[in-house]
Amino acid sequence: MRFLFLIASNLKRKKLRTLLTILSILVAFLLFGYLSAIRVALSSGVDVADADRLVIRHKVSIIQLLPESYGRDIARMEGVAQLTHATWFGGIYQEPKNFFPQMPVHPDDYLAVYPEVLLPDDQLQAWKNTKTGAIVGRTTADRFGFEIGDRVPILSPIWPQKDGNQTWEFDIVGIYDGAEQGTDTSPLFFRYDYFDETHMGDRGQVGWYVLRVTDADLATQVAEAIDANFANSFAETKSEPEGAFVQAFAKQIGNIAAIMIAILSMVFFTILLVAGNTMAQSVHERTRELAVLKSIGFTDRGTLFLVLGESTIISAIGGLMGLGLAWLMISAGDPTKGAFPVFYFPEKDIVLGLLLVGALGLAAGIFPALQAKQLRIADALRR
Amino acid sequence: MNDIASPSAEPASPEPADSAETLLDLRGIDKTFKRGSEEIQVLQKLDLQVPRGEFLALMGPSGSGKSTLLNLIGGLDRPSHGEIHVDNHRIDRLSDRKLATWRARNVGFVFQFYNLMPVLTAARNVELPLLLTRMNGARRRKHVATALDVVGLSHRVKHYPRQLSGGEQQRVGIARAIVTDPQLLLCDEPTGDLDRKSGDEILDLLQALNQHHGKTIIMVTHDPHAAERASRTLHLDKGRLNRED
Ligand SMILES: Nc1ncnc2c1ncn2[C@@H]1O[C@H](COP(=O)(O)OP(=O)(O)OP(=O)(O)O)[C@@H](O)[C@H]1O
Ligand SMILES: [Mg+2]
Repeated sequence: MRFLFLIASNLKRKKLRTLLTILSILVAFLLFGYLSAIRVALSSGVDVADADRLVIRHKVSIIQLLPESYGRDIARMEGVAQLTHATWFGGIYQEPKNFFPQMPVHPDDYLAVYPEVLLPDDQLQAWKNTKTGAIVGRTTADRFGFEIGDRVPILSPIWPQKDGNQTWEFDIVGIYDGAEQGTDTSPLFFRYDYFDETHMGDRGQVGWYVLRVTDADLATQVAEAIDANFANSFAETKSEPEGAFVQAFAKQIGNIAAIMIAILSMVFFTILLVAGNTMAQSVHERTRELAVLKSIGFTDRGTLFLVLGESTIISAIGGLMGLGLAWLMISAGDPTKGAFPVFYFPEKDIVLGLLLVGALGLAAGIFPALQAKQLRIADALRR
Repeated sequence: MNDIASPSAEPASPEPADSAETLLDLRGIDKTFKRGSEEIQVLQKLDLQVPRGEFLALMGPSGSGKSTLLNLIGGLDRPSHGEIHVDNHRIDRLSDRKLATWRARNVGFVFQFYNLMPVLTAARNVELPLLLTRMNGARRRKHVATALDVVGLSHRVKHYPRQLSGGEQQRVGIARAIVTDPQLLLCDEPTGDLDRKSGDEILDLLQALNQHHGKTIIMVTHDPHAAERASRTLHLDKGRLNRED
């Protein structure tokens, strides 16, 4: 580390050039960090999809309902471990931009199929004892300051009550957390029995079923059996693994992720050129000084490391500040205030970012460094 | 990062000058350069012996090969033929890496245009050769202070090269050359870029280093007035060395 001052002193040589290079590296890594959080947000459902979960929906489309009675048939079928159902409520809390999902479910069944939803036992009991009770995820609770005991009014244009009133009131009896960082904790769940007996339309309808198979290898077979069973009935079904179901939603989003990766690759390529150019100029300008260092007794390899050290320091300053800034901005939370219930800087992207910092430093410095290594003292001193 | 340092022992303590002992011995040196397809023979069957403690001046017309010869002696370049012995070590056959280490321990270079790092202070410039030794920071600073004191620049430690006069910059260059206490100083036109007064001061300094610190000095110069300070002057012409008339 005794050479640090020597390496660092070269950054002061052309202060503006160094500053601009560092800034462009900073921006690239900021972009990298922030986009990786957005990518997670867009693909969160896909990432947490569980291979042993099947989703059964109406064959025509997700908005067509299925009879509740199907549940009894499905539950009896071979390979089905647990079964639950959910329905899209589509309610609005105060104003449309406050979007978060709400779904009527059966408490015990739902939690059995979704073990990643963590609800304390006493809150589950309270939910089972309160017909108008609802539980809400941590993200939404924090966002609107919901607390246990609050009464939350939700307007549902799709599901008016029998008397025509569109406003439903739920008593918050629990707040759940996600077992994993990627678990979506934005939905509000309320009781299906309350929903079923209160809304205006026909009884006994659900949006879709979700089941857990006894063995992930059986998933395809079970799906086929279910669809065969309801073929030619008035509501035919389409069963698929949860991943595929979520992916159907996320298909366009997947394309967006690919575009993001393409953009980031171009950004990094540009940054590599910028940083490489800075290093090449910097070495070119002090050919003579490098020759003097060698005459003093610095070895060829030593000068190689001096130049690589310099480019690595430039990359590290810009890259770490960029990643740090991205981390700060991501920690500040979902920029859309609701559209991205899952929004964080994934650890593997942080590690990838750090690796990129090192790789950029080496890649930008390697050619000038080799040039410095090969420099012949006598020739360089003549110039 | 240890690789930057060619492993080096402490600088050798000055040994008593023994005028009979040969420090530098060049035998049958040829040096040719290729320029395209053309070969230029710069040095031809050149022999040179320099006793320890001598102050030798090298003169000769421009392009006669003075710098080339100095580079060979200092291990910055290799002869096409011949042998170079310094202090009974043959240096022309050392690997690049070993040669670098040898330079760090045994030679100090002084250049016409000082060749200081503009981004480093005088003290940091002088410290550079010590980075290649095992000395810790405190000892390095002590040696730097001593070297700057010898050249009379104790009051300019924190100055950058651009804040110093030409003469002062050359003193920093000399301090850098002597800070590891090498036995041999190689100076290529050290006063070539200085006015008479500053040049004389530099020559006084070199003479003092030769007489009081036992440095063997080889100085290339165009200036007969400067050459007068040396104990011997040789002329390089047509690839050979000739005694002064
Ligand atoms: N690396 C090299 N490649 C090709 N030719 C070279 C090289 N180094 C020196 N020469 C040639 O060798 C000859 C001697 O050069 P050198 O620099 O040693 O002369 P010099 O006596 O120091 O001259 P000056 O007094 O101008 O400094 C010149 O003709 C020069 O062009
Ligand atoms: Mg010359």
